[in-house]
Amino acid sequence: MCGAPDQAVALPPGTDLTKETVLAGRVVADGLPVPGAFVRLLDGTGEFTAEVVASAVGDFRFFAAPGTWTLRALSRAGNGETVLSADGPGLHQAEVAVAS
Amino acid sequence: MSRQDVLVTADWAEKNLGTDGIVFLEVDEDTTAYDGGHLPGAVKINWTTDLQDPVRRDIVTKEQFEQLLSAKGVGTDDTVVLYGGNNNWFAAYAYWEFKLYGHQNVKLLDGGRKKWELDGRPLTSDVAERSATTYTAQEPDLSIRAFRDEVVDSIGTKNLVDVRSPDEFSGKILAPAHLPQEQSQRRGHVPSAINIPWSKAANEDGTFKSDEELTALYGEAGFDEGKATIAYCRIGERSSHTWVVLHELLGRSDVKNYDGSWVEYGSLVGVPIELEVSR
Repeated sequence: MCGAPDQAVALPPGTDLTKETVLAGRVVADGLPVPGAFVRLLDGTGEFTAEVVASAVGDFRFFAAPGTWTLRALSRAGNGETVLSADGPGLHQAEVAVAS
Repeated sequence: MSRQDVLVTADWAEKNLGTDGIVFLEVDEDTTAYDGGHLPGAVKINWTTDLQDPVRRDIVTKEQFEQLLSAKGVGTDDTVVLYGGNNNWFAAYAYWEFKLYGHQNVKLLDGGRKKWELDGRPLTSDVAERSATTYTAQEPDLSIRAFRDEVVDSIGTKNLVDVRSPDEFSGKILAPAHLPQEQSQRRGHVPSAINIPWSKAANEDGTFKSDEELTALYGEAGFDEGKATIAYCRIGERSSHTWVVLHELLGRSDVKNYDGSWVEYGSLVGVPIELEVSR
């Protein structure tokens, strides 16, 4: 589980990481994946941009643009957030830890 | 209309699961969400196949709407409670469509699936079966639906409320950040539109903000109380959320949803577009 390589992130066929800025990661509580968390993408001003539901193993992804983003997760196990900077197109990964 | 006529709380909903005359309908952006668990007794509506025509780019006709609700076991006089994921985007879209076809008793579950799940309320994967009905719809109420020509004619005269995210409004991106950016139509927004993202009307748990907060939100963003209003987004579902806020919760008159939205407008030949970022 630790140090999951980039290829573990499932992207739609045809995703061009030389052009698309993809933010991806996992929601965890005490190091264990949190399935079904609500993950909110907030822009550099804290403004809501998008929201997805994490997968059964806590994974999420967004198609965004270069910039500084906050990933905020809401779950039955608690809430949490982390900041992720994407300096350009490509795959950018982060883990969001939640706690009550 | 007022908040009590439009919204039900999760507490009310949980107490009324299984009550005769009340039908819960789940409408999700992710059309598989229902299958993994839903409110006990709730029936699934698939927005891509049930609420839209499978061939033409349009909502279903009156006859198709009648066939859908008859098959789903919804009576003309039933109270319909709509809910769904993603802060009720598509439940709000369904709500608007139910109003368009004259369903009298339709409500939204405040907070939708998200609040229900965060509250730890019951979910089941048992598929609800309801006996078919003979549902009768009304002719579409076009006072709540805007078409492209009216949008073009409204530039500079009506409140044009673009409810997409700031980056979609400015033209930086074409689609919400959880969807691939593959569309080919032009970027930007309708000239004179004001940007009031739908998300500003919702709390983090998906419930709607208070009437006082909503009134302040639109006032500060340049919404003119004295003008008619057209709300739009990308495909008409987020603007349904805002239509519910303006027309149903705040009781503003002459508010229309432009369900063609940016996917249509941004593909029209010859219409004016404002773009705030350089290409």
